[in-house]
Amino acid sequence: MEPVSIIKGSAYPIRRSNIDTDQILPAKWMKRVERTGYENGLFEIWREDSSFIINDPERSQASIIVAGENFGCGSSRQHAVWALRDFGIKAVISSRIADIHRGNLPQEGIVPVELDQDVVELIMAATEANPTVVIEIDVTNRTVTCEDAQVFAKPFRIDNASHFNLIHGYDPIDITLTFEKSIEKHESSRDPWLPKCSPEFA
Amino acid sequence: MASPRTLIDKIWESRLIDSKPEGDLIYIDLHLFNEVTSPQAFEGLKLKGREVRRPELCMATADHDVPTGKPGLQVLDEIADKQLRFQKTYCKEFGIEHYPMSSSGNGIIHVLGPEKGLTQPGMTIVCGDSHTATHGAFGAIAFGIGTSQVEHVLATQTLRLSRPKTMSVTFMGTPHPDATAKDLALAVINTLGTDGGTGYLIEFRGDVVHNLSMEGRMTLCNMAIEAGARSGLVAPDETTFAYLKGKERSPKGSLWDLAVDYWHSLATDPGAQFEKEIEIDVTGLGPMVTWGVNPAQSVPVGSKIPSLESFATKSERDAAVAALSYMGLEPGISVSDIPIHTVFIGSCTNGRLEDLQAAARVLAGRKVSSSIRALVVPGSASIKREAERLGIDKVFSKAGFEWRSPGCSMCVGMNGDVVPPGKHSASTSNRNFEGRQGPGARTHLVSPETAAATAVLGRIASPSDLPQVNKKKGK
Ligand code: SF4
Repeated sequence: MEPVSIIKGSAYPIRRSNIDTDQILPAKWMKRVERTGYENGLFEIWREDSSFIINDPERSQASIIVAGENFGCGSSRQHAVWALRDFGIKAVISSRIADIHRGNLPQEGIVPVELDQDVVELIMAATEANPTVVIEIDVTNRTVTCEDAQVFAKPFRIDNASHFNLIHGYDPIDITLTFEKSIEKHESSRDPWLPKCSPEFA
Repeated sequence: MASPRTLIDKIWESRLIDSKPEGDLIYIDLHLFNEVTSPQAFEGLKLKGREVRRPELCMATADHDVPTGKPGLQVLDEIADKQLRFQKTYCKEFGIEHYPMSSSGNGIIHVLGPEKGLTQPGMTIVCGDSHTATHGAFGAIAFGIGTSQVEHVLATQTLRLSRPKTMSVTFMGTPHPDATAKDLALAVINTLGTDGGTGYLIEFRGDVVHNLSMEGRMTLCNMAIEAGARSGLVAPDETTFAYLKGKERSPKGSLWDLAVDYWHSLATDPGAQFEKEIEIDVTGLGPMVTWGVNPAQSVPVGSKIPSLESFATKSERDAAVAALSYMGLEPGISVSDIPIHTVFIGSCTNGRLEDLQAAARVLAGRKVSSSIRALVVPGSASIKREAERLGIDKVFSKAGFEWRSPGCSMCVGMNGDVVPPGKHSASTSNRNFEGRQGPGARTHLVSPETAAATAVLGRIASPSDLPQVNKKKGK
């Protein structure tokens, strides 16, 4: 994956809290075995309404979603992140992004940006008022700037592990495999009663 | 002396391999799979030429896509079929224990783990499914992960994670005798909100929890995710050990004694600190029902949908307006006036034998209202067999329920079992999200007992609302 350092672009403000992953990508889109091609599933039901912000032609170049609190709650489906990625989303700004989704976003290079609700509100209002408003996310230094919202280099919250992998573009599996010795050591001292699986049971 | 630790701390620290500012590397003891969220992980693994590190710690089942009608029914579509075949292929290729559709060991993944004794106290358990929280009922750290993490666990049997914060939720007081674990779960979510648990693992504490059966604890922990928490746990106790004793994969012989000793030591030490401690007074709590599109939007059965003025914040009020518009309901109306079309009993929340028995007790000698389509979907093939042995299937069929084969079914509507657009369902599942049970479906979450009473009366009702059965005609 490419390292991510700066994200700059206009946004889709979605003034709604508790946007769950069933809304981001309806379950029928999970009926696929591919990892790409999910862009048309993004907010599929809400998009049927032509006034839904994602359909705004003035925002066709937008790359950031600004949403209400608890974005991405519900199902663990990473397919929702593939839909965001395939649609061209690079970052999600919310005062709170649900745990599993927050961990899934950076796996596809999308930056989960958590800011206090009053700052989210300023950015939301600015981009609602003007579709060309630009938001700049300095991933390396964990800050957000949006001049039109009078938000300057505001620090945002992001999990350390996600931040580390995003800015380095690391494949987390490669990193973990360098801990082979420690993993083996743990495996050699596991409790003897722990259960085992085998095709023979089935 | 070591400082007192919580159940969560003890498990986490026992599985800790490496600790860095960017997160802890923890070992995973059991990795579970459904057919929907794992194909891309296996593909990724193969693309990179990697192996499954510990196939003997993996177990897979088909649950989301499987049809639950008469045996021999075709799967819904080509893609479901593709996912099911895919799963078969990679399980074979990597030597993974697998329970395909219609096999005698098949069932919903979160029902199978406990039922086979694979879910044990002190373990770390993951699955590409958010309701993995269910397994926390045994005092395990069990949580849902995304597909990239599935791939990570396949390749390394570990995960790098920020250490979750700890929260205790202690129930105070005595609920009404009609309250079930489902009602407790809805009360927790109502109190915490859908994101109050974000970033936390919750330990459920207090007599109310420890008086629950294992099935009830599973229902409670299953829904911890709906309060935003990664998972919910209950410390293992005699109820846990009694449940596990003799299960297929439980420790045997001298290992059993060793294991029980260890499991005893897992309980939170007196004086241990949680990062957040919450008490919920459940005095008088009775049957609950959701009226909106998230599981926090609930009220007692028999009461009214809240008025808009009653919401404390603007965002809650906005959410309520949006929810009621989707649900086609008005603030202030009585929930018993909601026209119900479908009743669904099943899912990893309430599809276990005890749930079916509870519903059957309500249904005995009664009939489903003519306006209702009612179906019951056991959580696993073995639950179905056991229920049939006990004659519970007859109680359901006589009452007018469809008695079906195991699967996720109408919990997620991926197999063709859906609620028609615009219709209301009373469902024992866990999510009342927009479109969850099918496009336009309007879901009301309830316990199995409430679902059964609702089926009989054709409106949302609890068992105490039912007229007495004429004892002579009953049975
Ligand atoms: S029953 Fe529902 S919640 Fe449980 S695993 Fe199946 S789809 Fe998920």
